[in-house]
Amino acid sequence: MKTDNLIDALVADRATPAKPLRWALAAALLAGGLVSLALFLASLGMRADIEPALGTWRFELKVGLVLLALGLAFSLCIALSRPVAPAHPGRRLLPLAALAVLAVAVELLAIPSASWASRLVGSNALVCLIAIPALAIVPLAAVLAMLRSGAPASPALAGGAAGLLAAAAAAALYAFHCFDDSPLFVVTWYALAALPVVALGAAAGHRLLRW
Amino acid sequence: MRRARQGDDEAYRRLLGHVSLWLRAVVRRGLTAAGRGPADSEDVVQEALLAMHLKRDTWDETQPIEPWLRAIARYKLVDHLRRRGFHDHLDIDDHAEQVAVAVDADAAVDSAALLAGLPERQRRIVEEISLKGRRAAEVAVRLGMSEGAVRVALHRALKALAAAYRRDQS
Repeated sequence: MKTDNLIDALVADRATPAKPLRWALAAALLAGGLVSLALFLASLGMRADIEPALGTWRFELKVGLVLLALGLAFSLCIALSRPVAPAHPGRRLLPLAALAVLAVAVELLAIPSASWASRLVGSNALVCLIAIPALAIVPLAAVLAMLRSGAPASPALAGGAAGLLAAAAAAALYAFHCFDDSPLFVVTWYALAALPVVALGAAAGHRLLRW
Repeated sequence: MRRARQGDDEAYRRLLGHVSLWLRAVVRRGLTAAGRGPADSEDVVQEALLAMHLKRDTWDETQPIEPWLRAIARYKLVDHLRRRGFHDHLDIDDHAEQVAVAVDADAAVDSAALLAGLPERQRRIVEEISLKGRRAAEVAVRLGMSEGAVRVALHRALKALAAAYRRDQS
């Protein structure tokens, strides 16, 4: 086939590709998140002391960290879904790192050093490591499926960002189950729980997001 | 591209024409730099054009278009070289031989074969529109389909063609 002939076929194809990726990605995340919400309510459920917890600064900081991760991972996903790679994608996560450092610093000042270790270990570490990846699976699949309409410069990086986004969505749910609100616990275990999801996303993206 | 997005077919045709000339130069340079002859350059050109068309929504209108075009060309060139086992074939003699074989022809080697691998109806539609230069409405009458169905089938065919390129390991 000659290139000019191909161009004729391309010009004839006026199929207007769907809505902007931003909205499609948000819809996919919401749909996947709803499935995980159902899973969450059926298995873990809301913590019993949710009402008193809502007013504490530690809980609010925890939710703030998770929501910031969600927002930054979302914009990272969009940025990495294009053929032109952003110069320093990692820098987009700097605000999250800054807030995490700040939260840990405040907690270290707020409690005596004798109780640092017990706050760090908490009582739900294992549940956290299992629940966040489990709740992230469906959102990850939904987000990856949607990213296939993009054209990422690096499919593996885009997949990793999708993993981070799914893990943040899962953590947003899990945060309402877990009563370990100390920033020491959250920063450590939530991050460790997100790692396998990011790795899975990167591996899946490497295969699925080629274009 | 902006005008093409608003449905200006002629502007889109002109854009793709210019881009294909530029791509041909870029791809030949890239293949030569990798020690490969230009024999399969037109396939890379067509694959990149197809990607630019199917992924045109990934261009952000607030950004200049050149870096976007260049990024797609680079991605497709690298992908092509990787599929052809670039690292195994860096051989000067091999290179010289290929240069001798390849002449002008802006016809791609693989696209005809890949086209033949499409489902019958999709292949017919692409051929009617591209090779015979018919309009979607005419093709619809000839094949007894609605124009909408022809356009949908054409779009699917182009996506299938892009996927066939990705799978092509020859």
